[in-house]
Amino acid sequence: MTTELICAGFGGQGVLTIGKFLAKAGMKEGKNVSWLPSYGPEMRGGTANVSTVVSDEAIASPIVSFPDILVALNQPSIDKFAASIRAGGILIYNSDMCPHGCKREDISIIKAPMVEIAKEIGNQMVLNMLAIGIIIGKTDIIRYETMEDDLTSFMKSKNPELLELNLKAIKRGIEIGKQ
Amino acid sequence: MAKILMKGNEAVAEAAIRSGCRLYFAYPITPQSELIEYMARMMPKVNGTFLQAESEVSAINMVYGAAGCGKRVMTSSSSPGISLKMEGISYIAGAQLPAVIVNVQRGGPGLGDIQPAQGDYFQATKGGGHGDYRLIVMAPASVQEFADMASEAFDLADKYRNPVMILADGMLGQMMEPVEFKPAKTDEEIADMWRQHDSWCICPNEDGDKKHHHEINSLEIDPQVLEKHVNNIYKKYAEIEKNELHFEEYNLSDDNEILCVAWGTASRVVKSAINELTKTGKSVGLIRPINVWPYPYEAIAKAIGPKVKKVYVFELNTGQMLDDVKIAVKGKVPVDFWGKVGGIVFTPAEIKEKLEACF
Amino acid sequence: MEKIAYRPESLTKTPFTYCPGCLHGIAHRLIAEAIEEQGLTNKMTGVAPVGCSVFAYKFFNFDMAQAAHGRAPAVATGMKRSRPDMHVFTYQGDGDLAAIGTAEIVHAANRGERISVFFVNNAIYGMTGGQMAPTTLPEMKTTTSPYGRKTDDIGFPIRVSELLATLVAPYYIERVSLLSPTDIIKAKKVVSKAIQYNKEGRGFTFVELISTCPTNWGLDPIKSRDWAKDNMLPFFKPGCFRDKGEGVE
Repeated sequence: MTTELICAGFGGQGVLTIGKFLAKAGMKEGKNVSWLPSYGPEMRGGTANVSTVVSDEAIASPIVSFPDILVALNQPSIDKFAASIRAGGILIYNSDMCPHGCKREDISIIKAPMVEIAKEIGNQMVLNMLAIGIIIGKTDIIRYETMEDDLTSFMKSKNPELLELNLKAIKRGIEIGKQ
Repeated sequence: MAKILMKGNEAVAEAAIRSGCRLYFAYPITPQSELIEYMARMMPKVNGTFLQAESEVSAINMVYGAAGCGKRVMTSSSSPGISLKMEGISYIAGAQLPAVIVNVQRGGPGLGDIQPAQGDYFQATKGGGHGDYRLIVMAPASVQEFADMASEAFDLADKYRNPVMILADGMLGQMMEPVEFKPAKTDEEIADMWRQHDSWCICPNEDGDKKHHHEINSLEIDPQVLEKHVNNIYKKYAEIEKNELHFEEYNLSDDNEILCVAWGTASRVVKSAINELTKTGKSVGLIRPINVWPYPYEAIAKAIGPKVKKVYVFELNTGQMLDDVKIAVKGKVPVDFWGKVGGIVFTPAEIKEKLEACF
Repeated sequence: MEKIAYRPESLTKTPFTYCPGCLHGIAHRLIAEAIEEQGLTNKMTGVAPVGCSVFAYKFFNFDMAQAAHGRAPAVATGMKRSRPDMHVFTYQGDGDLAAIGTAEIVHAANRGERISVFFVNNAIYGMTGGQMAPTTLPEMKTTTSPYGRKTDDIGFPIRVSELLATLVAPYYIERVSLLSPTDIIKAKKVVSKAIQYNKEGRGFTFVELISTCPTNWGLDPIKSRDWAKDNMLPFFKPGCFRDKGEGVE
């Protein structure tokens, strides 16, 4: 199976990180992965996006034209990429910053006030982990345990409190994804 | 060793260090900045030399000096910077020095843009600098291959005493993929490699019979001597053309109705399109030159199966490798071309559409 | 019997190919003597430029490199960085160093590369046939300034030693002349000092040698020296601009 994702949002919202953790987790689970960012001046304050592919087979092109999953953290990301989601695909978006949402009916749409929830958990920075949690809750491309192991390996000694917040955010995301 | 998720720019730098590269001179340019930054961080940890040069021109001449001393040395840049290095590359080839140059290509001509492109194929494979010389040019299509090529490039550079270019692009530089590294060469192994060059390189002298006067030089003012020198270099190139052909065959069969030829990043997109077409029963094969000089002319000619009605070349330029494919095909079947420029990478869907129109 | 004059071992037996009256031979000899006197012949290496001294790699009796036009300081940087156990010098003319190679010399000096640079200034391009150099004097006629160098059009000659002395890193910068036996004796001391500092790894050392070009100036060797004394030395004043070893900052 091959899953193609696009994560998009404002530069600084952590969209590249979402893709990176997914790719890393996929790799740790023995899958083929690729992570291809948009780069250049756009990354400073404009829209940033990253194509991530997680696959059981060798990945031919890392360029995602028709994503199975779109994670949109702001409205311009929906406007730019939602039309290209494959029929039957998934749109996950941050309703705090996507006032117009998405009108498509042939895809599943999960909306959540991600900024609010992240603040509620205790740090706006965990928004990206919340998004990863939603993906884990909704699909089976990667497992929660892989994320937990990975985060623990480099955060436990350096910043145990942030690790707890991150894990909490993933778990909260999983709940949202399962609804 | 476990796989690491890494950007191509960093992977090639790490692999170079593991291959015994201990000197690196470069100038910052997008989209290869991660490479120079990685070298700045890591070279001091292996007692190597990292130096940010005042210009691309100086960087390549520092490479000339270090290579003349027989050490494994590398520089990297992106298209406009590589143009500036061309003078030095010609000198390195003329003086028969081993060196590795990485080009993380971007859109051109001129300042162009910073997105992935393949517009430096002519420059890399047909000259670029002045005079009769050749570069061995390796074109990776994945982060793993980009990394693997670093060590191969150093081995080839040493073997033939000729500069080797790794011709990547912004996508391969910026993209992360899992990569597995070969074990790093030990200090003893590196010292041994360096000593192999003592017969010709700049090194400390001794008295008496062992006294040497090695000249690192591309100047031969006597035409008869220069002619002999260039002819000798071309004997070496004939050997390289015999020994270093490297290509990948993908989905080749007697059922192929189209044969694609694509290199580097472009080849990955073409593979995706071929996979899609295979599902609908349409048979398309691909030849991917991995080294673009020397070029696998014969392999392409042989890959034209009995049902092939067209050879289709896809590149991220206006058709630069196309000329080589035409030389290989020798007019046996029509050769078509489609490319994208401006730093825009074509999508699998676009390639699929182009190929479907041929059936 | 004591041998008081001999060819230094650090020069090969290849005869110099310079024009009659040219001072490159003297400059080569001074450098070679200094290297030999300090026992560095077997640990020395140098970089030849593009210009009349393009063949300098043939004349010094140790491993040598030949560089692209103006790039000798960059090549020397690569050499010194890869073989810190060796001592590296460049030998460059004014076109090579002060025009096409301006960036390379300024930045090598600014990094304080542990190399010696011998800069031969004769105010003209010799090898290509007498064209205007960045050091050509005001109103001086050359094949590319046939009506004399016009300073309102092409600016004034560049005083490289003074220019480099604005930088913090260089260890030693001195300008000497090769125009008389007395000057040559003085030049030998300066060249020796640069080589000594190089041997001791002190830092970037730079010696500017004021020279002549009888062939392209169209003067005989003696008149060339007189002309240079009268015209070059007032503009390119000999002197020490930096000597950290002697407290000259």
